[in-house]
Amino acid sequence: MRTVNITNADHHKTAVYPSPFHSRQEQHNQLKEWSRWSDYLSVPAYWCESLEYFSGRNTCGVFDITPMVKHLVTGPDALPYLNRLMTRDVSKLKPGRVGYSVWCNDNGQVIDDGTIFHLREGIYRVCSQEHQIDWFLTSATGFDVNIVEDTHDVAGLALQGPTSCAVLREMGLADVESLTPFGLDYFDFEGVELMVSRTGFTGDLGYELWIDPDHAELLWDRLFEAGSTRGIRAMGSDALEMLRIEAGFILAGVEFLPAMEAVRPTHTRSPFELGLGWLVSFDKGVFNGRKALLEEKKNGSRYHLVKLDIDGNKPAKDAFVFTRNGKYAGTVTSAMWSPSAKASIALASLEAPHGEPGEELEVEIYYQRELRWSRVMEPCRVVRDVFWNPPRRRQTPPADF
Amino acid sequence: MINSDKIVIIGGGHNGLVCAAYLAKAGRNVTVLEAADQVGGAAATREFAPGFRASVAHLLYLLDKDISKDLALDSHGLKMAKSGLKTIALAESGDHITISTRRLSGANLSTEDKAAYREYRRFMRKFAGVISGLHNKIPPRITSERSDMIALGKMALKVRMLGRNDMRELLRIGAINIYDVLQENFDNPLLKGALSLDAVLGTNSGPRSNNSVFTALHRTSGNTRGAAGQLSLPNGGVGAVTQAMAAAAREYGAETHTGSPVDKILMDGDTIRGVQLSGGEQIAASVVISNADPKTTMMNLLGAQHLEAGVARKFHNIRASGNAAKLHLALDKLPDFKGVSPTQLGHRLVIASDMEYVERAFNHSKYGEFSTHPVAEITIPSIHDETLAPDGKHVLSAIVQYAPRNLGTGWSEGKAAFTDAVLETLSAYAPGIRENVIATELLTPEDIENEFRMAGGHWHHGELSLDQFLMLRPVPGSAQYETPVEGLYLCGAGCHPGGGVMGSAGRNAATVVLAQ
Amino acid sequence: MRTKYDAIVIGAGHNGLTNGAYLAKAGLNVLMLEQNDYIGGASVSLDMYKDWTYSNCSYVCSLLRPEVYRSLDLAKYGLQVVPYGGSVTLAENGDYIGNYVDPDVTRREIARHSHRDADASVRFDRDIMRQCRLIRKLLLRTPPDPTSFKPRDLSELLYMGKELMDLGEDVIYDTLRFYTMSISDFLDEYFESPLLKGSYAGSGIIGSALGVMSPGTAYILLHHAMGDVDGSMGAWGFARGGMGAVARAMNDCFTDHGGTTITGEGVAQIIVKKGKISGVAMKDGSEYYSDVVVSNMTFPRTFLECMDAGDLKPGFLKKVRNFKIRGSSGKVNIALDGLPDFVALRGNEQMIYGDMHLIDSIARLERAYDDWKNGTWSQDPYIDMLIPSLTDPTMAPPGKHFMSVFVQYVPPKIRGKDWTDEQVTQFGQTVIDQIEKYAPGFKDLILHMEVRTPRELDNDIGLTEGNIFHGELTLDQLAFNRPIPGYAQYRGPVKGLYMCGSSNPPGGGVMAAPGANAAREILRDLRKPNTVPEGWLDD
Repeated sequence: MRTVNITNADHHKTAVYPSPFHSRQEQHNQLKEWSRWSDYLSVPAYWCESLEYFSGRNTCGVFDITPMVKHLVTGPDALPYLNRLMTRDVSKLKPGRVGYSVWCNDNGQVIDDGTIFHLREGIYRVCSQEHQIDWFLTSATGFDVNIVEDTHDVAGLALQGPTSCAVLREMGLADVESLTPFGLDYFDFEGVELMVSRTGFTGDLGYELWIDPDHAELLWDRLFEAGSTRGIRAMGSDALEMLRIEAGFILAGVEFLPAMEAVRPTHTRSPFELGLGWLVSFDKGVFNGRKALLEEKKNGSRYHLVKLDIDGNKPAKDAFVFTRNGKYAGTVTSAMWSPSAKASIALASLEAPHGEPGEELEVEIYYQRELRWSRVMEPCRVVRDVFWNPPRRRQTPPADF
Repeated sequence: MINSDKIVIIGGGHNGLVCAAYLAKAGRNVTVLEAADQVGGAAATREFAPGFRASVAHLLYLLDKDISKDLALDSHGLKMAKSGLKTIALAESGDHITISTRRLSGANLSTEDKAAYREYRRFMRKFAGVISGLHNKIPPRITSERSDMIALGKMALKVRMLGRNDMRELLRIGAINIYDVLQENFDNPLLKGALSLDAVLGTNSGPRSNNSVFTALHRTSGNTRGAAGQLSLPNGGVGAVTQAMAAAAREYGAETHTGSPVDKILMDGDTIRGVQLSGGEQIAASVVISNADPKTTMMNLLGAQHLEAGVARKFHNIRASGNAAKLHLALDKLPDFKGVSPTQLGHRLVIASDMEYVERAFNHSKYGEFSTHPVAEITIPSIHDETLAPDGKHVLSAIVQYAPRNLGTGWSEGKAAFTDAVLETLSAYAPGIRENVIATELLTPEDIENEFRMAGGHWHHGELSLDQFLMLRPVPGSAQYETPVEGLYLCGAGCHPGGGVMGSAGRNAATVVLAQ
Repeated sequence: MRTKYDAIVIGAGHNGLTNGAYLAKAGLNVLMLEQNDYIGGASVSLDMYKDWTYSNCSYVCSLLRPEVYRSLDLAKYGLQVVPYGGSVTLAENGDYIGNYVDPDVTRREIARHSHRDADASVRFDRDIMRQCRLIRKLLLRTPPDPTSFKPRDLSELLYMGKELMDLGEDVIYDTLRFYTMSISDFLDEYFESPLLKGSYAGSGIIGSALGVMSPGTAYILLHHAMGDVDGSMGAWGFARGGMGAVARAMNDCFTDHGGTTITGEGVAQIIVKKGKISGVAMKDGSEYYSDVVVSNMTFPRTFLECMDAGDLKPGFLKKVRNFKIRGSSGKVNIALDGLPDFVALRGNEQMIYGDMHLIDSIARLERAYDDWKNGTWSQDPYIDMLIPSLTDPTMAPPGKHFMSVFVQYVPPKIRGKDWTDEQVTQFGQTVIDQIEKYAPGFKDLILHMEVRTPRELDNDIGLTEGNIFHGELTLDQLAFNRPIPGYAQYRGPVKGLYMCGSSNPPGGGVMAAPGANAAREILRDLRKPNTVPEGWLDD
């Protein structure tokens, strides 16, 4: 059910709200720990981070994505508007398709990243990590377009992992297997519309399900019934964090500082500096940041976000990165021991010119064993490919497991 | 295929014409498109009642002397009906004060005030010199680029060259209000009222508003005909100035088309393609220079969708809301102002009995009301220039404040009431003037916006204030007459160095275009 | 024959005490002279009624430089600053907008009034924080003289230039605009909700004789945002025991390092002999001697009331007279029998713990200023009130409360004439009536009330014209222009005379920066080791 009504003056009585799936999350949450994600309660781990992680790689895991900020963009100028807002050429995004994009300020610095859902001809949903309505409306001047934030009107669940397609089919979503990666389609679910997109934040086979919050609990129940024989498991944000690092996905506030929040203006990053140059389409005309990005393309970037494959087994959290002869090269933004790649992996922001694939570097890792701290310089190298990228991620129709 | 060397200028106001003349003089193919039936914009002389003519801009005090010379305006027909106008500060009692650029005379003036006035003029002229030194310069950006650093360094040097005491004084008073500065220097309330009016004419400020020292300096920063702060009435109204400019431009080969309102700036991808007139006709051009105000140019003629959102927001945020109305009266005879001799009547008359009066007049406008007791700057140009009115009859031309663009009641309702308030105020100084009135025209900021296509009806095309001056005018990052759109330039009063019939913005824009 | 001191500080306000403490720490024999029977000046707590303690003048703490707090060991000397949670702005129509300690709750609260503003506040906070970072670097530095060619001034100018250039082109332009805009125009670039704009705009005029539509008021907002409590920027707190606790801790530090404080003795004149300072003459006829006299009094009071005009140049005196130090605010301190019942906050009592403002639009604030211009107190005043006793148990008996009410605008004179006692009472009544509108029954809770108009602020603690900042914070009186050009480095026009009060840069508020900076300059002239800390970097 709908749980947040922002026009209610009594909203302050609780700092954070139950999600539409809360009653079900509570049943699964054996650890009884809750964290906060924007306006909602979220679950860091239900029972065991590792088991939840492996559900995403081995069977399927369910993660509540309702708190993600959502905007509905409609009106005759929706497409030109989005094309001016986004770095990516949105005109190539056909109805029924989803695209990942970033958006920048005039200096070509990333404000946020997110996904654009072309729901129906001329009707778009933009999902983001941060609240964006001020910038989205600022960008709307001169366009005949209507933008509303409808975060609380849509409940969302991510179903991620190799058995996810089979579970959805089991639940009765006819022909769901024909969805290609980044495709979306509508299904009847107990008389209401269920939107399913083949998207996710894990770099594996997976879907995201979007429904009216009043039917959220029922969706959860049907999903778990259908998945009971296929290893379905509620997944917390800690497991998701591991999955996304293996997949090489960036996170606002971790890999980059959203430009609207940057008190220190030089601490932001451009799409090129995040390795997202492929999202920048210069030949579509004016878009926010275009001039600055053209300059950057000509003059070079300040940073490179890279993937590091690190020797040894110690996670390189918060580590500094050096060249092999000890000169500062950058810092690690995200790091972990990858259970699937069986390697110590990291995302790191390196100062140019460092960051070419194959470059040999070192990371300075502090770690403790039974309260004794040690420091180690581990050799590492810049790698081109993400750490987990199975063929089943793209296979259509997907296999049952 | 576009006509690759054609330059179109949107708007034939004085800056557009100056820009056209300089470009044509340099051999460029220039066409000026003016919406009205004659060039000149707000600096055109127009008939407001049968046989009676007046120009909205009614005094000449900022026209740049180099521009007059470069464009040979004199030989293109510009003549002064009267120069060196004095200011008569009207008192209801008839005990007025006469203010010239050098001295004061009149009743109730102390010797201290007279001496203080000489000193006041000295430093104000000196400080205004710092501003006038910037008029014909392209504002630098604040970057560590060598050329910018040099330009900024030169500006700093110019301030240092004032000498230690004057430099300190400029840094102290440059950003504050005229009220405090006049309080520090003078006693006579009428004198302070009249001097404070110079600081607030055409702005959204009262004497107590900070930045009003700057606007006072800006107003006196002119060098018309080589004399600082000189007030003149051209023969044939201020429209004669723009007529001479147009004649010069045409002589150099520019085309001027009147009755040609531009509706849209045309783009082809990233490139300027030309303009479209409201009738639908398209005119190809590789360079478009807009003499329209920056907000109208970028948000309406071009359209925000052709800009990146951050810079569009800056243009959107330009403060351009007029607060001055213009009154034109057709009079059947010379009005009788108490205590003002017929010769004095030909000078500039101001109604601003004291600074509190001006401030109170301003108070209304903050809340979307017009002043119940307005301030006014009055000229009767027909005394010096018989072309403006039928024989024996006269034109009274007055700037009257405050009249906010967004009147709470709306101007369709408020106009008659404001006109009455103005006439009531005039009557206090010129009893019986109502009986002499044959015809009245009051142009509110709304009228000025509609007739002259200026956003907000603001005569500076954007509030003249420290936060909208020099490299911040019209918006930071686009203060060098270029816009983010290649091939599109701005040349109007919305750019540095602002409004008043000066011509420098047009000339500077031409310099930039020619350098490309 | 009395002892000759190494330095005499006039006025035991927080800046005088800070100054004296640093001089004493450097081994100087320092005498602190205070005309009142109590120390603290405007940073004072007095027992006015039974078991109540009032923060009579200043009432909250945020600007106090943490470097001073730390280096004077104020914690050791008993100072505790306790943050309070949030603030609320109450509108006439019964609605309100709260600023909560939790950012998500605050965002939703703003969204309740404007969805867009909730998000725009991220951009607003960012831009204000950028300005805070710039100015915080300059607070504990002596402003350079831009007309000077001395190496120290040039290098300081270069430092400022470099800090400015480091902001990058866009932020430099933002900075130039920020310093020259009105708070009203500035807020228009971010927000649409009148109530939200009203709630922010108050900070643009507190303590200032300017209206929210006057250019230059955006900066004043910064003056209220640049402080912090334990690194939480823009947060405010209570000094436990009232603001007098700040002065007490400073005085304990001062005397612990050998300083002598004498209260109840007013200075009649600063004595100049042969063009040099030689000491001070007291109102009772006695004299104290020193080659160094530091005035913590306001700029006009120092030179117009405590010096012989013959010792000063006429040109200098003219500038002193032109110094803008206009009272614009009043203070009403109230002992309450119980908690007031704010209708709008029923069911949201947590808001009463913080700052409560009565205002709901820019226009209403501006009209309050129009009254001041006309020479009277605002008939519909802006009010900033707090109930410290909810947080600090030392302020009032259990269940009873102390309420601090800051009021703007209040002129130094009423239509050019001195305040009469009757007018002071009427003013107090205007304030109570205003609060009563939002909290019916408020009047009946009042046990005792102290009303301070600019007259009282001037007469009791020497704030000339009642200006709480010792002088307007406008560009003509900021940085190297404060108090007047050429005298911004804490040195007076006579050898041995120094100025350490809030008339000097970086200005007013319980910040202690002028006192600390003046001490550094004095120690420099006396060739003594510097005891004043440098500002902490990158905060």
